[in-house]
Amino acid sequence: MEVGFYITAGVTIISTLLVITRHNPVHALLYLIISLLSLAIIFFLLGAPFAALLEVIIYAGAIMVLFIFVVMLLNLGQQTAQQEKAWLKGKVWIGPAILSTILFGQLFYLLPVAQMQAEMPAVDAKVVAISLFKHYVIGVEMAAMLLMAGVVGAAHIGQHKKVVLHRFLREGEEQL
Amino acid sequence: MNIVLQYILLIVIMLFTLTTVAAWLIWLERRMLAVWQDRYGPNRAGPFGLLIVAADTIKLLFKEDWIPPFADKSIFVIAPAIVAGAVLMSFVVVPFAPGILIADLDIGLLFFLAMSSLGVYSIVLGGWASNNKYSLLGALRGASQMISYEVFMGLSLMGVVMITGSFRLTDIVLAQQDYWFILTQPVAFVIFMIAGIAETHRLPFDIPEAESELVAGFHSEYSGMKFGMFFIGEYLGITLISAMVVTIFFGGWLGPGFLPPLVWFTGKTFIFILFFILLRASLPRPRYDQLMEFGWKILLPLALVNLLITGGIVLLMNS
Repeated sequence: MEVGFYITAGVTIISTLLVITRHNPVHALLYLIISLLSLAIIFFLLGAPFAALLEVIIYAGAIMVLFIFVVMLLNLGQQTAQQEKAWLKGKVWIGPAILSTILFGQLFYLLPVAQMQAEMPAVDAKVVAISLFKHYVIGVEMAAMLLMAGVVGAAHIGQHKKVVLHRFLREGEEQL
Repeated sequence: MNIVLQYILLIVIMLFTLTTVAAWLIWLERRMLAVWQDRYGPNRAGPFGLLIVAADTIKLLFKEDWIPPFADKSIFVIAPAIVAGAVLMSFVVVPFAPGILIADLDIGLLFFLAMSSLGVYSIVLGGWASNNKYSLLGALRGASQMISYEVFMGLSLMGVVMITGSFRLTDIVLAQQDYWFILTQPVAFVIFMIAGIAETHRLPFDIPEAESELVAGFHSEYSGMKFGMFFIGEYLGITLISAMVVTIFFGGWLGPGFLPPLVWFTGKTFIFILFFILLRASLPRPRYDQLMEFGWKILLPLALVNLLITGGIVLLMNS
């Protein structure tokens, strides 16, 4: 079990690093998908199969497809790759490197403190549902309202009047 | 060790059977289409033209495997493998008969939904990597179609989950001992069936590859065995959706005792595969915007209402 965890953790870290260093946006997104999938396996190993599959269904299966969808629509080609190459040089790395070194040091300090529990109860769908709709019900409702606002906003932006372009239907234009 | 060997053997047998069945489905489809259109279909190679599949496979294997110079090579190569891989992964949780299943996950239904949602990448990446206008259009259509229909597919199944109280597929089958869920969840069955057709992008919902407008859609640039992978993936998808319909709504392996459970399961599955083929033979393709409108304005509210009513009845019965 532990070997499995370390292998998946390694895959996650490497693929996440590759997300940052790829010049081609679609390649970067592909590595992000791999990173999300291996994160799902880590959840699975830690005894949360429901969270693992939600990660696959929602993040890897829906949100990332929309990301790729947008990248495809923008038709980013050779030019963007060149631009990215120009951006990802030398000095850019200094700031993030310092910040992640701090985090890494913190992790090193915390590791002996937080021993991994050997026996953890599996967190299945029922447990997740009970905690969501009992303790965190206000959070769920707030999230629902936020999403509703998003949907209404999208509907407002996407709304457009029907334009009839057929030559025999010109009189429809006056009503626009 | 013995159990491990047994599992490996089971997996190998299942892989072999599924890919073989998917290959013969091509013959079955051509033959049945011919029957419904009052002609013969493939009838020369071997008895009933059965060997046409061998000829087709040999042809595909020996065709030039051409990668266009303008394509994104690595993604172009990996895209066809994703669909076949994702669909084959879903078969891990399908209970063929008591004892004949690979993993009895307690979140089996969600696993199936997760794997079918990963299948989208094959179309999206294949179409994008081809670097061709028609492929890109096909990929865009495919992505939006599959993402939309995934939503109703998941929602329609939640009624069954409410009644059973479990995501485990064997529990769902065993809960149908008294009556099949088609009797209590007919709306869910219709929604799941429609979403399943859209998810496998079969006719009448083969909009991502509509030949009459997009050459061949997302796989316009593919040839040889890479095209073959898309092809096999499609037929595996049909088999998977049929198997899931049987498992969830038609009692899985359950049936009168005079036949073994596995025979019942495969028999029912084949009826649904034939239904898929009949749909192809009889229905025209809708327009793209009609498809999206139908999904979001009719299927989604229907699925939600079905869920609400089922939840209410389950609560009433339990109290």
